[in-house]
Amino acid sequence: MKKPKFTWQRKDLLGIQDLSAEEINHVLDTAAAFKQVGERNIKKVPSLRGKTLVNLFIEPSTRTRTSFELAATRLSADVVNIATSASSLVKGETLKDTALNLQALRADIIVIRHSAAGAAHFLSRFLKASIVNAGDGAHEHPTQALLDAFTIREKKGKIAGLKVTILGDILYSRVARSNIWLLTKLGAEVTLAGPSTLVPRVFERLGCRVVHDVEEAIREADVINLLRIQHERQRQTMFPSIGEYAAIFGLNKERFARTKPDAMIMHPGPINRGVEIDSDIADCGRSVILEQVTNGLAVRMAVLYLCSGGNPA
Amino acid sequence: MNVNLIMDASAIERALARMAHEIVERNPQTDTLAFVGIRTNGAPLARRLAGKVGAILSRELPTGELDITMHRDDLDLRDTPPAVGPSAIDFDVTGRTVVLVDDVLFTGRSIRAAMDELSDFGRAACLQLAVLVDRGHRELPIRADYVGKNVPTARQERVTVSLVEDAGKDEVVIEK
Repeated sequence: MKKPKFTWQRKDLLGIQDLSAEEINHVLDTAAAFKQVGERNIKKVPSLRGKTLVNLFIEPSTRTRTSFELAATRLSADVVNIATSASSLVKGETLKDTALNLQALRADIIVIRHSAAGAAHFLSRFLKASIVNAGDGAHEHPTQALLDAFTIREKKGKIAGLKVTILGDILYSRVARSNIWLLTKLGAEVTLAGPSTLVPRVFERLGCRVVHDVEEAIREADVINLLRIQHERQRQTMFPSIGEYAAIFGLNKERFARTKPDAMIMHPGPINRGVEIDSDIADCGRSVILEQVTNGLAVRMAVLYLCSGGNPA
Repeated sequence: MNVNLIMDASAIERALARMAHEIVERNPQTDTLAFVGIRTNGAPLARRLAGKVGAILSRELPTGELDITMHRDDLDLRDTPPAVGPSAIDFDVTGRTVVLVDDVLFTGRSIRAAMDELSDFGRAACLQLAVLVDRGHRELPIRADYVGKNVPTARQERVTVSLVEDAGKDEVVIEK
């Protein structure tokens, strides 16, 4: 007898923290199938035909919004984009009222990005529509962590046992939090590195190693994931200058030469060339930065299919 | 529950051998011939048929697999989304005579989904259908070109095909 098949039961993807390892692997397996769709002559399947997705982005984004829009289009869903500047939120409407109006227009899926942590969770409590978190403050960015994991699994063949270093602004990064939860659930050894103001020891409670010496953090790493400085979230000066940050914590050619020969370089974008990463390293053969973008499309197709592909009562 | 054996290993083997000869007979232009199996059971059957036809023609024939889940028409009727897998067709479909292969032909809806999906890979010159068992009860205007065995069934009966590749044995049973 085959073991009973796993079935996906969620209508929302709010974060990685409450997903099981089995659920994460199911998303990654599903994404592999959708990645193959992108290699066909006709890159479109009818799985979400007749459904409507609203991209509700209360915080700027090009990559993630475009990626969700393309993912939905390739699943044959209809897409409406709402940007802050063009929405009634600037006229004083609350997020809840905006969302209820979208639901009244029969939106089936709402993809939300918001500067406040918990915005997606908040919407999911009263909406019947599927809610997908595309980033809530410094809290979570689940589809980014899933596409990072997909890329690691595809390139390295596994995740368990790998040494993954996340280098940069951890404190203000939702990408870091989602990645930490995901990678530790799947058995990777996660090291966080950067200035002590941006990488406080409290992160050790999430099951990772905290290091403030870059050389030590990258020497043994199989995967190095670089994060940008989130100026928009920092309320005070966390380090003296960008130049000093680049000198002490940037991945330059000398440091890169001392990494493992098969260490893979990742970055969720947008990259600041010459700050957290040397321009040549961003473009080198060990960098998978653009493949992450391609994989993001497949992962988002998988998430949209899983959250709204059935007919949740 | 009543389980009746309708094909054993040698019956399956003989049926596939006959279908292979029919395919060669029907397609004098064999240079464009290719096989595509519908997962899960159609995939090993397509490989076997391609092997037999290839043996007759003394050359290898391109073979692929389709996962039709994304093209199903009943996604909205289910509570949870069924698992999807990648399709694997590493040859150009355009201009080829493609023999679609499945284990059981029933309502015809899987075949409709497979035809839709295959057209996303390219424009085949000609599409033919080979099934191990045709059990009737079509819901769409679809018929098979090559049939291993016609089996009259009642709608609620279940026809189960087991193959060595997945189940460790070759047999077709009907459960009443």
